[in-house]
Amino acid sequence: MSLGVLPASRGISEEAPFAAEQEAAAITPVGSPETRKTFASNNPSLWFMKDLGWKLLCFAIVFACWEVVGRAHWNLAFPPISSVAVALAKMAINGELAHAYASTLPPLALGVSLASIVGTFAGVVMGLFRPAEIIFYPFFVLLQTAPMAALVPLITVVLGVGIAAKMLAVVALSMPIVALNCYKGIRDTNPSLIDMCRSLTGSRMQEITKIILPSASGMMFAGLRLSVSGGFVGVVLAELLITPTGIGDLISYNSSVAHYPEMYAAIISIIAFATITLTVLQMIERQFTGVRGPYRGRQRKERI
Amino acid sequence: MMSVDASAIVKVSEVSLRYPNGTEALNGVSLDVPKGELVTLLGPSGCGKTSLLKIIAGLLQPSSGEIRINDRISRAPGPDRALVFQDFALMPWATVLRNVAFGLELRGLSRASRQAEAKRYIAEVGLAGSEYKYPHELSGGMRQRAGLARALAVNAEVLMMDEPFSAVDEQMRRKLQEDLLDLLRRERKTVIFVTHSIEEAVYLSDRIVLLSRNPGRVMRVVKPGFRRDTNESDIRRDPRYQDIIDDIWTSLKGYLN
Repeated sequence: MSLGVLPASRGISEEAPFAAEQEAAAITPVGSPETRKTFASNNPSLWFMKDLGWKLLCFAIVFACWEVVGRAHWNLAFPPISSVAVALAKMAINGELAHAYASTLPPLALGVSLASIVGTFAGVVMGLFRPAEIIFYPFFVLLQTAPMAALVPLITVVLGVGIAAKMLAVVALSMPIVALNCYKGIRDTNPSLIDMCRSLTGSRMQEITKIILPSASGMMFAGLRLSVSGGFVGVVLAELLITPTGIGDLISYNSSVAHYPEMYAAIISIIAFATITLTVLQMIERQFTGVRGPYRGRQRKERI
Repeated sequence: MMSVDASAIVKVSEVSLRYPNGTEALNGVSLDVPKGELVTLLGPSGCGKTSLLKIIAGLLQPSSGEIRINDRISRAPGPDRALVFQDFALMPWATVLRNVAFGLELRGLSRASRQAEAKRYIAEVGLAGSEYKYPHELSGGMRQRAGLARALAVNAEVLMMDEPFSAVDEQMRRKLQEDLLDLLRRERKTVIFVTHSIEEAVYLSDRIVLLSRNPGRVMRVVKPGFRRDTNESDIRRDPRYQDIIDDIWTSLKGYLN
């Protein structure tokens, strides 16, 4: 069931805003001052409220089915959603969740920050300088394609089971996304725009700051946001596989002692937390970059 | 408007271009562009006309030969030349105003003075009122007007246009051609124009340089000789107009197989 919830939560954070954006672009006359105003001032902060009723209905249907199947005692390891909700409330009140998150969040935040800074730098350098591309690009591709679940236990050999091990797992999963998105954003710069800048006697520095980086910014922001979801995967993997602490430990411990409602509560809490974090990041991204119609939408949909 | 002042502002001498894979794109191309004239480079695709334009613009280095602008050898882009691009090359994240003022921004002009200058040229090309729109909100024709305004705003003597109207529809293309001639009556510029349309070349040009392909060479130079103050339908109805088009077509036909 947890697998069933995951794609649904992704759908909310990713596709819905684009659909909303395109729909708005299609039904309003492009270019009228009114359109611009609505786009810039109202939409960006409220896009996730669009179709809220339908989203809630979708959740209601899924949870209702869950409840019915759970109450039918189809499987011992599949408790009804109501008992999961009770477990969630209990764990929130008795401090179990807070304790777990206190151990999960610091390595996640530190790891994602480190991956963002180093990854952005590496991606920009790879995109701008051919020798750097030749040396580093294969490394990031390997890191991205490697089966991380198999590699994460190796971290223990190097770093033991402390916070550093979790951080490394987070970095390993999020840095390639940041770096490769940055790299691709820079490489995708329209060559005509570069010719245009050069023909107007722009310097190489102006070419980078005024053409290449703005052109790549959409992909770069998308990479940063996606790296956070990679970081969540990394930290939970590390907690499940190498350091039994935090939210990963809550999941594996409750599973081992057959406290299934508690196990599902821990899983749901981390999914909800990840979804909310990504939604907030997207809100910040929109505030920061502004919405510029179909162009930005198209650019942001691209992934590696 | 046929060159009163016949001194060549752009001189191309013996320019050859060979790609690293050995293909010869241009072979010994020489041509003079007289001040104040509109010279068109016309030829079949693959004749190297866009490469030649990029070499004159300083964006591409020739394998041999040289470019002189006002009798000075040029190897890099300079303030004396400005380009208009086939795909408009407008920054999608910037307004029309910033796009048009971009050349001046790169040269370090203050915001106020570059915007004032840009607004003047935006009005000049008929885009007044669209200053704060983004490129995706404009039609193809309007985008190219913005591209033209950007090239005009840096006040270069030589305008270089690379198939500027090929990405807009036929009716808009005619309108843009007329407006370009109109504009050139007000702004005295030398124009190097690349096109693959014979009609466009004959209608716009003071002289047409026909290029052959594999490798690109100057085949012949044609001077249509229509006066710039003749109105458009008179030119198109003139029997000489059709004759020149047929003549050029006969020359080019052989290269299409």
